[in-house]
Amino acid sequence: MSSTAAAGAIDHHHDPTTTTGIPNKKLLMWAFLASDCMFFGCLISTHLIYRLHPPPGTLPAKQVFSIELTSFSTFILLMSSLMMALAVNAIQKGNLKSLRWSLLTTIFFGCIFLGCQVYEFRNFVFEKHLTITNSILGTTFFTLTGTHGLHVLIGVIWLTGMLIYSFTGRLGEKDAIDVEMMGLYWHFVDIVWIVIFTAVYLLEYL
Amino acid sequence: MEALAKSDFLAKEEHPTKPFVLWRPTAKTGLMSWLTTVDHKRIGFLYGASGLFFFIFGGIEALLIRIQLAVPNNTFLTSAQYNEMFTMHGTTMIFLVVMPIGAAFFNFIMPLQIGARDVAFPRLNAFSFWTFAVGAIILNVGWFMKDGAPDAGWFGYAPLTTRTFSPTHAIDMWVMGLQLLGVASIAAALNFIVTIINLRAPGMTMMRLPVFTWMTLFTSFLIILSFPAITIALVEIMMDRLFGTNFFEVSSGGLPILWQHLFWIFGHPEVYILILPAMGIISEILPTFSRKPLFGYPVVVFSGASIGFLGFGVWSHHMFTTGMGTAATAAFALMTMAIAVPTGVKIFNWIGTLWGGHLTMRTPMMFAIGFLWMFMIGGLSGIMHAAAPADAQQHGSYFVVAHFHYVLIGGSLFALFAGIHYWFPLMFGRRVSEFWGKVSFWVIFVGFNVTFFPMHFLGLEGMPRRTFTYDKNMGWETGNLWATVGACVLGIGVAIYFATMIYTYYKGERTHKDPWDARTLEWSLPNPPPEYNFQAIPTIHARDSWWYQKRHMAEVAKETADQIKADEAHGGIHMPFQSIYPFLASVGILVGAIGVSIIDPANPNVYHGFWGPKIAITILGGLIMFVSVVLWSLEGNEGYHIHLNEDGSVKGEDAHGGYASHGH
Repeated sequence: MSSTAAAGAIDHHHDPTTTTGIPNKKLLMWAFLASDCMFFGCLISTHLIYRLHPPPGTLPAKQVFSIELTSFSTFILLMSSLMMALAVNAIQKGNLKSLRWSLLTTIFFGCIFLGCQVYEFRNFVFEKHLTITNSILGTTFFTLTGTHGLHVLIGVIWLTGMLIYSFTGRLGEKDAIDVEMMGLYWHFVDIVWIVIFTAVYLLEYL
Repeated sequence: MEALAKSDFLAKEEHPTKPFVLWRPTAKTGLMSWLTTVDHKRIGFLYGASGLFFFIFGGIEALLIRIQLAVPNNTFLTSAQYNEMFTMHGTTMIFLVVMPIGAAFFNFIMPLQIGARDVAFPRLNAFSFWTFAVGAIILNVGWFMKDGAPDAGWFGYAPLTTRTFSPTHAIDMWVMGLQLLGVASIAAALNFIVTIINLRAPGMTMMRLPVFTWMTLFTSFLIILSFPAITIALVEIMMDRLFGTNFFEVSSGGLPILWQHLFWIFGHPEVYILILPAMGIISEILPTFSRKPLFGYPVVVFSGASIGFLGFGVWSHHMFTTGMGTAATAAFALMTMAIAVPTGVKIFNWIGTLWGGHLTMRTPMMFAIGFLWMFMIGGLSGIMHAAAPADAQQHGSYFVVAHFHYVLIGGSLFALFAGIHYWFPLMFGRRVSEFWGKVSFWVIFVGFNVTFFPMHFLGLEGMPRRTFTYDKNMGWETGNLWATVGACVLGIGVAIYFATMIYTYYKGERTHKDPWDARTLEWSLPNPPPEYNFQAIPTIHARDSWWYQKRHMAEVAKETADQIKADEAHGGIHMPFQSIYPFLASVGILVGAIGVSIIDPANPNVYHGFWGPKIAITILGGLIMFVSVVLWSLEGNEGYHIHLNEDGSVKGEDAHGGYASHGH
């Protein structure tokens, strides 16, 4: 409660007001991520199942993908996780300046990833002629990676909100749990991308 | 709930001292108090009232189905109307009746059982309810439109649900409605999980939790892990319908069987989502009226866990006739038989609880014993389905209908009715008439068996499900006529039940605290419980903690006094502020859902035409939701403190500007 915030240094790893000592928000996020695993699990399974049954005349995925671009955006997304970790660390130490820079970089990297995805989608549709309607590969590919992109977009909007709040004074050291919770989400979205990158892209090059 | 609204224990209208750009609703009575409430008891009441409201709808649909099937070649309903009836009967009873009434108990009872003052995220809890309401509206709005209600079955098998075979908006509404119900259920379940793990009173270890709370926890885990599967299936069918993708389009390589897998990966855990709360309720009622602790508490808890766990590995027994191959069929048959083991263990533990107890045959107990018996019949026919060769005969027949009505009515609904009876005195401070309660039980019991027992025989004689009529020479007339007569009796029984409840709500005899001499913590509260629940957070010493408290009055009185002092030293009892934003966010979702599922696309000739009223309304809804969520976050999770007199009435309160970083 509020009285604990006033008394000296804040313990960011233990919340005395809860039974287990784990902050409620952290537990909520972990449970949500368990649920989100099932969402992505179903989408990835759908893609992998349909991958085994390509109808005749389907364009091979290898001819569509540009593994260089995707590897680059994957690397950028992984680096954004590093910056996110630094942001959590910064707010736990009460270092707002460092928090802002870390958040900004995370947002920037997230946007680069999204930009790459937009470029990739346009490239696939207009040059490789793979659309969401014209083949089963297009259907599962765009739905799966699009859902992931939506997660990144939500993350970027959330991070931007935090960046703004860090200037208006609504986000301070006492709110470290909010940033940590966001960090869990962000790292999860990254991990899911690693799975997607492997199962959707790299698998085609085996 | 008026009883609650008029309670002396309700905090008076409070005035936040801090001037705030954001509007803080403060109403404690009237419409606004309900729209902005974050009180788990009020939200529980809203869930229960909605569930019972839709129960009337689902019941009428069932009666219309039975009237149509009463005699051969009946023309009471057209085949199209019949399709709407059985689709909406199933969808309504599962998602809008049994689940919300279960959620009503999760909300109302569970926090009281663990000694909490609210759930972990009160505003998220309100959002769950309002989103549930939006989903219910979207599902049912088709009745008032020319497209009609959804008519592709509660299972919505592709490709029947694709645009080719169901071109109207009816299926769009079904898809959208179920997605929203999924969002609502997942949000609520996350909240319950955090609440049970993190908001237990001191001394309330996991192995001291009341069994109903345990079952709430397991059900919540099932919800968060199984609903994503149906959500993704629904997203895929929605993409097919709105954007012309190929998920279930066979000509482009889509596999409609995928729908069945995704649906039943959700659908089978869903069965346990419906029955585990019922098992929890039974595990509270039997010990109370046997005047014995629950027999084999740890075993009951762990068999609940194993049912939940195994529940994820049996979905394909709904698909034995789809030709999965012998290995898969054998594996799923074995798993399905295995899941009967923990269920049987529970039944024996309940019998063990009754054994040698001083049974008091009150109405909740009647329903609970009715549950035991009827659920067992449903369970036994379930084991028959587990044998794949037998199932091949029973699949799609009325035998299956008989089976799942025995587990859903004889199981879930009997237990929910028992629970309503059992907790009614706690919720409203009034006691239900034993005479009318027992009359309703016997009429329901007889009506239920007369309706559904003949269906076993009808099914084995080959009567198929989901067909709107049958010929005279099939030998199905007698069974069907009996079933229809039984359904009318069942309807009368339910009507007596509700009439009794409504009468009791307004005019029933007032009752004292703990009228059943019960065992668990919720009964330590005055009825109806005050807004802040516990005057002092209790310290828990034993599994049946209220039973223990009743026998250690002096010790408990001292602890309570100490706790009240400690609370005052910390500034009083913390209460969360009310908020309108969860409601507004759900309104945004409603607008967006109308845009997605009901409004016609811009160009009627090209169904994927983009700009137009459809997109505009969808974006508008999204914006309302987004702005509400932003305001929700800006508003912050602040609260105020209340101070109590010794009798528990509210002495005074003060708003605090402090920003609670954790907890509320």
